Amino acid sequence: MIYLDNSATTKPFPEAIDSFMTVATKYFGNPSSLHELGMKAERLLEQSREQTAFLLGVKPNEIIFTSGGTEANNFAIKGAAIQYRQRGNHIITTMIEHPSVAEPCRQLEQMGFEVTYLPVNEKGIIDIDELARAIREETILVSVMHVNNEVGAIQPIEQIGQLLKQHPKIVFHVDHVQGVTKVPLDLKKAHIDLCTMSAHKFHGLRGAGILYLRNGIRLSPLLAGGGQELQMRSGTENVAAIVAMTKALRLSFAAFEQKAAYLFALKERWIQELAKIADIQLNTPAEHSAPHIINFSLNGLKSEVFVHELEKQHIFVSTTSACSSKKRTPSKTLMAMGVDQQKAESAVRISLSYENKLEEIPVAIHAIQHAIQKLKEVTR
Amino acid sequence: MKYDRILIRYGEMSTKGKNRNRFVVRLKQNIAKKLASFSNIKIEYMRDRMYILLNGEPHEKVMEQLKTVFGIQSFSLAIKCENDIQQIREAALTAVQQNEYEGKTFKVSAKRVDKQFPVGSSELNYEIGSHILRNTQNLTVNVHQPDIHVRVEVRKDGTYVTCHDVPGAGGLPVGTSGKAMLMLSGGIDSPVAGYLAMKRGLEIEAVHFFSPPFTSERAKQKVIDLVKKLTKFGGKIKLHIVPFTDIQQTIHRQVPDGYSLISSRRMMLKITDLLRKKHNGLAIVTGESLGQVASQTLESMFVINDMTTTPVLRPLVSMDKTEIIELARKIDTHDISILPYEDCCTIFTPSSPKTRPKREKVAYYESFIDLEPLIETAVANTETWVIDEAFTSADEFENLF
Repeated sequence: MIYLDNSATTKPFPEAIDSFMTVATKYFGNPSSLHELGMKAERLLEQSREQTAFLLGVKPNEIIFTSGGTEANNFAIKGAAIQYRQRGNHIITTMIEHPSVAEPCRQLEQMGFEVTYLPVNEKGIIDIDELARAIREETILVSVMHVNNEVGAIQPIEQIGQLLKQHPKIVFHVDHVQGVTKVPLDLKKAHIDLCTMSAHKFHGLRGAGILYLRNGIRLSPLLAGGGQELQMRSGTENVAAIVAMTKALRLSFAAFEQKAAYLFALKERWIQELAKIADIQLNTPAEHSAPHIINFSLNGLKSEVFVHELEKQHIFVSTTSACSSKKRTPSKTLMAMGVDQQKAESAVRISLSYENKLEEIPVAIHAIQHAIQKLKEVTR
Repeated sequence: MKYDRILIRYGEMSTKGKNRNRFVVRLKQNIAKKLASFSNIKIEYMRDRMYILLNGEPHEKVMEQLKTVFGIQSFSLAIKCENDIQQIREAALTAVQQNEYEGKTFKVSAKRVDKQFPVGSSELNYEIGSHILRNTQNLTVNVHQPDIHVRVEVRKDGTYVTCHDVPGAGGLPVGTSGKAMLMLSGGIDSPVAGYLAMKRGLEIEAVHFFSPPFTSERAKQKVIDLVKKLTKFGGKIKLHIVPFTDIQQTIHRQVPDGYSLISSRRMMLKITDLLRKKHNGLAIVTGESLGQVASQTLESMFVINDMTTTPVLRPLVSMDKTEIIELARKIDTHDISILPYEDCCTIFTPSSPKTRPKREKVAYYESFIDLEPLIETAVANTETWVIDEAFTSADEFENLF
């Protein structure tokens, strides 16, 4: 099997699964329970919070555990909008956000908020001057993703942070789900107020995510109840998944330390090989893009059929982002980048992790050539 | 040329006459312990300052650690070069260029400690200043309030150039003033008292009174976490956990309500004093502040203090609660302290304790019970933990993270 869909989800580390198993069997207590079992679960939770904070270079009380990236994005956006609605009703985001950012923004629009969706250039990157111009007196929130999930474009988060530093009333949210442990981001240096991460994108298990919530920023809770997670996110904590996530985060950062250059080399090699195939047009920009995402179009061939063709060889790639691939809509990011509809409809995404090998490339490339050949015979 | 060392200036210990060497050696040990994870560094010390040779270790991280070491007045990143005017000029220029200097102002202060050096200090100032001006853009001189203060010291062993002083933690090196027992309840005050005691050079051992099942494991954990925060300033700290349930229950049964609290406090002090003797301490530190609660009126202090002649140090005695809270936040113990678990201070608190207890009365009530054997048992059964920054009581969790 060659797994090339790591931006959809990653294969959990065996070590993370071990931690999950141990916690779920031995320390299943509710962290809020007074007895010993509850206390142990609470210790595990707090140790997770400390380690996560340490790895991200922030304070433990700035880490809120959620059920995943979607919840963290929803919480950040709706929570900030509702908390600060007295200040204004204007939100700025981009045209290429993940649905878990874009949809909450639509919901807020129905509630009377105004949302500006910033366009991107042909490389998938927003214009910082345009952002500066979009800021108004009533702007309360700016939400920009770090690494785009479809093409891998990297937004200038640090520069945005610098710009927003001059507007202390604006809350700055960053969707860092695709970037964490792959593209470095200093949360403090970039003046980020809220930042989303998700366990299963870095070899943790589903059901756990992280929202960094800078001290001094308040959010109106989405989930009201027993006051867990520093009174911000009620609901009995998923301790096993959180511990597993913490371990996966440590291991993934270690992989970054050791193999960052390797991942880049891997992507370079992929791009070189893909560029040799006549029917493939690369969509991922050469500069300012993440080391693990490669997006290309199949010259009008149906990408869905292509995915199934490769799957027969046990090679797993994706059409667009996993969340929208079932809707048969052309890639939103590519459309925003000005790619024509036909090309956007035949887009394919390869997403790597530190686990991928160089030896996979010739095998996969061969299969890709084969699949394209076969598709061309059928469609023409 | 690049920044290759950190220059450390001593605090007030430079005034300590013949004892100074002891202070300096202790400071060096403390720094070495704090920086143990940086295996390449080397520490050189002299009578009036210390140098950490970085040997490639990241200076940002080393400097972050230094901020919590007591006995340091200030420290700076430094470049060393030979006593040669050409080299000195280059070193000073490099030192400036490693800052973000555009649009800023600077000033040079040269000091010629080595009088054999042929160039005088004002001439040095001029030489270095003009060399910097010639080789930079958008940098101007301001001798009154410079953004970058280039300090050049020509000494016998070489010339040192620094640009920016970072204030240190001040105080005296931990351990130079002797050892004291810190009575640590788990509240906001006692960790702050411990911090201040260490700042004055005391080595501390913490004493906590544990009354299961009236106080929970969580309360104990909280104290461990607090001690862990304090180890950031004092290295390893011993924590003595005294089983106090029997004594507390006996007092509660025999001593009238208004006096039971005072009596418990007296026994705590007595036990702490016994532990102090056992572990060769010379003082007891408490987080008492005058007039905060019933047991901290002057009358109560008088009655409690009656148990011992050992010096009881109360670093917080003159502080307001808001000042204490501010310090607790600074040393990062506040958020742990406010966790709402029952501890030895909150349980068994009578609804209206006496604020003006009489010594004779307490002694009279206590005369009906024989607490001596209970105290002996408590001391004998005291659990001692050695806690450092990496301490975790739950080793069973080790592989989970």
